Amino acid sequence: MDLFSIIFYVFAAITLGAGGIVVFSRNIVHSAFALLFAFFGVAGIYVLLLADFLAVTQLMIYVGGILVLLIFGVMLTQRQINVDIKAGTVQVIPSLIIVAALAGTLVGMFWMTTWKTTNLQPADPTAAKIGEQLLTNYLLPFEVASVVLLVALIGAAMIARREKRA
Amino acid sequence: MEELLQWLKTPGLNHFLILSALLFSLGIYAILSRRNAIMVLMGIELILNAANINFIAFSRYSTGTLDGQIIAIFVIILAAAEVAIALAIVLNIYQTFNTVNVDEINQLKD
Repeated sequence: MDLFSIIFYVFAAITLGAGGIVVFSRNIVHSAFALLFAFFGVAGIYVLLLADFLAVTQLMIYVGGILVLLIFGVMLTQRQINVDIKAGTVQVIPSLIIVAALAGTLVGMFWMTTWKTTNLQPADPTAAKIGEQLLTNYLLPFEVASVVLLVALIGAAMIARREKRA
Repeated sequence: MEELLQWLKTPGLNHFLILSALLFSLGIYAILSRRNAIMVLMGIELILNAANINFIAFSRYSTGTLDGQIIAIFVIILAAAEVAIALAIVLNIYQTFNTVNVDEINQLKD
């Protein structure tokens, strides 16, 4: 058992355990906070895969942005007065069967396939190279992404602030 | 049994892929079984994270280039845009129907 595998299993356990709490918890606030740890675990997996820039991005955008938005959503749409913060489930048994079949298929496929692998590159900071790629090979997707973000910003403001007609 | 232990001791590409498959399944379960629209959104976030793990694992073990990481950045960007729009829609639904349970929202207009 070397350090790499210990760290991998720790972060995998954090990710899957927190993901399980997100999915199975009856209390939606618990789910939202467990999602925080799931994102942290995924960021650790990124570090393990030598994606340092993406790990930081994950922490800043997912934990700092998306998760805060989701918690806002939880707080704004629950009836606090009635303490009706429970979130119900429907079709538990059929869903479990489908998900078990799906997970079994995927894990079996990933287990048995022999993937094409290459020699591992040495550890190297990726931020500068990613920036270079974004402004050369990936310039068009980069610009389109900025337009998408602008449209999403304006659209979200429009939709959320629309006046209710009497 | 011996092979399995040996396999468990040396994490490689398959281990990351199986982790992402399990995370993906958890997300699918949230989408299928939870009534609350925000829980469905959390399931989608789990699925996007699982996809990102796949991209980055392949970028590390299979190609050795940064292309997978750059696609993962675009996935994160789209996830941010998606969750902003989706929450705006959910807030609107809450104002109109006074609930966010997806099985009770069955009208296009009130």
